Amino acid sequence: MSNTLRPYLNAVRQTLKAAMCLENFSSQVAERHNKPEVETGTSKEVLLNPVIISRNDKERVLIETSVNSLRVSIAIKQADEIERILAHKFTRFLTQRAESFVILRRKPIEGYDISFLITNSHAEQMYKHKLVDFIIQFMEEVDKEISEMKLSLNARARIVSESYLSQFN
Amino acid sequence: MSAELPIVNEFNQGPISCHAFNHDRSELAVCFNTNVVSVFRNAGAGWTLAWTLAEHDKPVTSVDWAPKSNRIVTCSQDRNAYVWTLDSSLQQWKPTLVLLRINRAATFVRWSPQEDKFAVASGSRCISVCYFEEDNDWWVGKHIKKPIRSTVLSLDWHPNNVLLAAGCADMKARVFSAFIKGIDKKPAPSPWGEKLPFNTVCGEFSNGTGGWIHSVAFSPDGDSLAFTGHDSTMTVVSPATGSVQSVRTPYLPYLSTIWLNENQIVAAGYDCAPHLFELKGELWDFSSSLDAAVKKVDVGFTARDTFRRMDSRAQSTTTNDTEVHTHHQNTINSTRVFAGTREHVEQYSTSGVDGKLIIWSTDNIAKGLANMHLKTGLVDCIYENDMSRKGDFKPGYVATKVDLSARELDKVLAEDVEVCKMGVRGGAGDKESVSIDL
Repeated sequence: MSNTLRPYLNAVRQTLKAAMCLENFSSQVAERHNKPEVETGTSKEVLLNPVIISRNDKERVLIETSVNSLRVSIAIKQADEIERILAHKFTRFLTQRAESFVILRRKPIEGYDISFLITNSHAEQMYKHKLVDFIIQFMEEVDKEISEMKLSLNARARIVSESYLSQFN
Repeated sequence: MSAELPIVNEFNQGPISCHAFNHDRSELAVCFNTNVVSVFRNAGAGWTLAWTLAEHDKPVTSVDWAPKSNRIVTCSQDRNAYVWTLDSSLQQWKPTLVLLRINRAATFVRWSPQEDKFAVASGSRCISVCYFEEDNDWWVGKHIKKPIRSTVLSLDWHPNNVLLAAGCADMKARVFSAFIKGIDKKPAPSPWGEKLPFNTVCGEFSNGTGGWIHSVAFSPDGDSLAFTGHDSTMTVVSPATGSVQSVRTPYLPYLSTIWLNENQIVAAGYDCAPHLFELKGELWDFSSSLDAAVKKVDVGFTARDTFRRMDSRAQSTTTNDTEVHTHHQNTINSTRVFAGTREHVEQYSTSGVDGKLIIWSTDNIAKGLANMHLKTGLVDCIYENDMSRKGDFKPGYVATKVDLSARELDKVLAEDVEVCKMGVRGGAGDKESVSIDL
């Protein structure tokens, strides 16, 4: 793990741990409804200040918390055109299968590539610390995944071009 | 039954949202985060389901059992509250709907000490103080509205049956008068005020930094009020002296609070363990966690094993740490007095999202504090010299490493202690003891 990644992930982990304090809270606005307050945003007093943790101008995490839900949005590193395409395809693949990921949000928040929405019922069904671990692991893996995909894409491009050009000699 | 160990009741029926015991602790009402309340009976051989109280159609948020009159009150997110009375001939609980007149979820309910009233907190920015109207033969509610500006999260009754404390999501804890003409006698003057007509605001407090007030609790004599906020503080106010003390803790927020006696408060919440606060001289301070985080030691743990594991299973860690090292595995959301009086609590119960109900004893708090196994980042355990256990450590005795605060360190240095480091080598439990100078 590189030197800057560890403190970055540590900061995200500590923030998530504190943000994961959720309780069952039914809506103050709609009768007999129970909605994630961070999504509806109708009662100001039950929202906490959002936190942005950024490693550099490209990679950052936005953590928005409310009394019964928490939204984590991640901007994935995209250094060049290929990485941008790969990250887009990758997150599209995941969000299309959002049901199987339980906490994944179908649409990311603007300016970010992927968002998670954790509600109090998720924190009741699953261990809180494991949810935090999952998000941290996702952040660790996603960079690795994309740089690996980029490498294999480049390697493939090289082979294709070699075999194409070999026709001409 | 050892008084040292907490008694763990595991129901495995999902998260417990609230619980209440009857007067002799032989029956227990629990809600497993659903719209029904299960009443269990303990005939000596564990808890068996006796009744289910099914009348609500949304999750039940709170339940309270009046000890003397043996009535249960439940409230739910469906905006209703029911008073349940036991029909002794049929042996069945009969519900009576309460006219709460609220249009949002009911969040919290508590009987008053005299059991002639109860208060229901709600999301419609009001508290409904309910009493029985003989003429119409129903329970009616009277609203405390001003100056509440958000959902009321918790309530607690003053022992004089008139004053009511409320913790609110608008970051304030308030003390109201819930005096009902015709039911209450004029209360004796207290530090909270002398003339107390209904809806008098006797105090409005904030914990300084802000944060939703998750729990409120009156001291045994009722002269002080403790409340916990989402900013991980515990605040104690005493209007007699005018003191407002906020204790900031480095832990996660507390969701429920009870006073053990005039000098000790237990609060539990997102940290999955009850924490003790103590009055030291004039000042309130965090004392310790009452659930010693005991780590299960992997006895067969050697460097060779680690490498073998890494080799065969590509795992770098020794074990998969799914477990939290406390008795509760998830947030504790309710704490109740189990045995003892208001002035001297002997046992208390906690229930949480992990579906466990644990009964803790308070008589080992003093003992525990006397020979607390303090831990530092440098050493694994500190044992006192007079402990017979010296040199005879059991595996599993190693506690997780926690930083000592300066105050605790002073206390350790003041006492005659020996610092031991324990390493478990090999599979046979071969131990070594090393003294380290502090």
